Amino acid sequence: MRHLNLVFLGMTTLLLAGCPRPPEVPPDPPPTEIPETMDSGVSTGTVSAPAPRALDPFEDPDNPLSKMVIYFDFDQSTIRSEFVDVVNAHGRYLARNKDKRVRLEGHADERGSREYNIGLGERRAQSVRRMLKLQGVSDAQISTVSYGEERPAVEGHSETSWARNRRVEIVYR
Amino acid sequence: MRRSVVAIFLCFVVQVAWGDLKIEITEGISGAVPVAIVPFGTGGGTEPSEDVAAVIAADLARSGRFAPIDRNDMIQMPTSGQGIRFGDWRILETEAILVGKVLREASGYVIQFQLYDVYRGAQLLSYRISSAENDLRRAAHQVSDMVYEALTGERGAFATRIAYVSATGKGEQQRFRVVVADADGENPIVIANSRDPLMSPAWSPDGRQLAYVSFENERSEIYIQTLATGERQLAGSWPGVNGAPAFSPDGRRLALTLSRGTGNLDIFVLNLVSGRLTQVTWHAAIDTEPEWAPDGRRLYFTSDRGGGPQVYEIELGSDKAARRTFEGNYNARPRISRDGKSLATVFEDRGNYRVALLELDSGNLQVLTNGQLDESPSFAPNGSMIIYASEAGGRGILAAVSADGRYRQRLTATEGDIREPAWSPFL
Repeated sequence: MRHLNLVFLGMTTLLLAGCPRPPEVPPDPPPTEIPETMDSGVSTGTVSAPAPRALDPFEDPDNPLSKMVIYFDFDQSTIRSEFVDVVNAHGRYLARNKDKRVRLEGHADERGSREYNIGLGERRAQSVRRMLKLQGVSDAQISTVSYGEERPAVEGHSETSWARNRRVEIVYR
Repeated sequence: MRRSVVAIFLCFVVQVAWGDLKIEITEGISGAVPVAIVPFGTGGGTEPSEDVAAVIAADLARSGRFAPIDRNDMIQMPTSGQGIRFGDWRILETEAILVGKVLREASGYVIQFQLYDVYRGAQLLSYRISSAENDLRRAAHQVSDMVYEALTGERGAFATRIAYVSATGKGEQQRFRVVVADADGENPIVIANSRDPLMSPAWSPDGRQLAYVSFENERSEIYIQTLATGERQLAGSWPGVNGAPAFSPDGRRLALTLSRGTGNLDIFVLNLVSGRLTQVTWHAAIDTEPEWAPDGRRLYFTSDRGGGPQVYEIELGSDKAARRTFEGNYNARPRISRDGKSLATVFEDRGNYRVALLELDSGNLQVLTNGQLDESPSFAPNGSMIIYASEAGGRGILAAVSADGRYRQRLTATEGDIREPAWSPFL
């Protein structure tokens, strides 16, 4: 799964950068030795200021664009309030970048029958799709696929695992 | 003996003789009829490739209705009717005795056998069947079918097959397979092998083809594969979802689920001869998992148009669907019994997903299984047993239960998960 690399990279960056320390900067160069001169003038050395490093928004943990997975309640396809910002952020980004495309991969937890769960996954992917379109994303930029319960993110037969499998993954192509 | 299959697949690799299933009987055989399946003679020739009597005894035991006598308890081992001393067998309280020989012939084998009612000393069957060299096991299953029918009056389903999905490995090593095995789990043959999910195997009524769903092209598509050649055709590749294929009883149509890019799942019927597609359901709900009624004119299906998934019935050409399940909050994936009188469903029972049997006339529903994540029921073609997917030790297994719920078995694979069993028609 290609998009997992992006998530992993994001997480690695998070680990390296810490939170909320500013990004690593190269150490200041040692101050230039000021030679003693007969000149009574004052020489000054220079110290370079740390250059601000722009973070890729997809890797910035503070940026909703770095979140690529939307989770859902049991038997539901409505987007929970805590994910509305995330979907809208992707929507605005895609609306501004018409050359970018996403595939929305819908999933369900393992309970119940498999083809019905394909339906649930599709319904969830469509839910995210509609919200993206409200931000001005065009049809050509979005494709959907439902994996039902066939591609769980997490193994396990408890509500904790099931909650992490009821999801839509936003995959940039 | 492993049967090898020479086939040409598009993009798939054939694996032969992969991962036998292990069968154990987990409940039943009280009230089973004691019978003697005497080791068959060989007429002095070389040992045949199968222990035919052992195959037959295992078949009859697996039906839950017979208790074959242990060979070590057999007082004599006749190989023909004249050799049977009925008095001895009555002492053992055996009700029926099967004797026979497996003889070599130019092109393979001949099995000749006789079945007797022990108490009356009367012959019930006397028969010869031939088999090709590597088909002896199948011939043994055919003998089981004949013995079963002679003793119960019902057609046997031992010479049938099951298809199922296997999933092994994780990450880059993950593999999905569609496997076809004998009904007793022997001779498994991989007919499709993919890194992406495979689902919903469905038999054609002549047993020669399997339809299934494949995600090999990063979306769901339906293929129909001819088992003898391995060739397959792409039957469903509309935009969006392609799922839940089901052959009509006459084999000429395929019911399936499509979204056609609309995001809404509905049921369609594809005429396999003309290619014409007809829409059957027109509802904004999830409508899926079509199952043909035996008359070929109606479909049962899952729909959540009433809120949660329930089973509905629709006559083709009509636009009115009638709800058929009224008990419980979740009934899905209907499968009709041979006689058309009962529906097996996936039923939610207080948080557990189980297989239930609904009697259509009376509305009586009986929960047949007791797992937490049971699904995918499929009837044997004689209606005697239902095979389904279940779970044990954290792994996907198959299980079978008799239609009255009294006998149970379990089929486990050597590795990975197995699921989505589909019992073949009579072959």
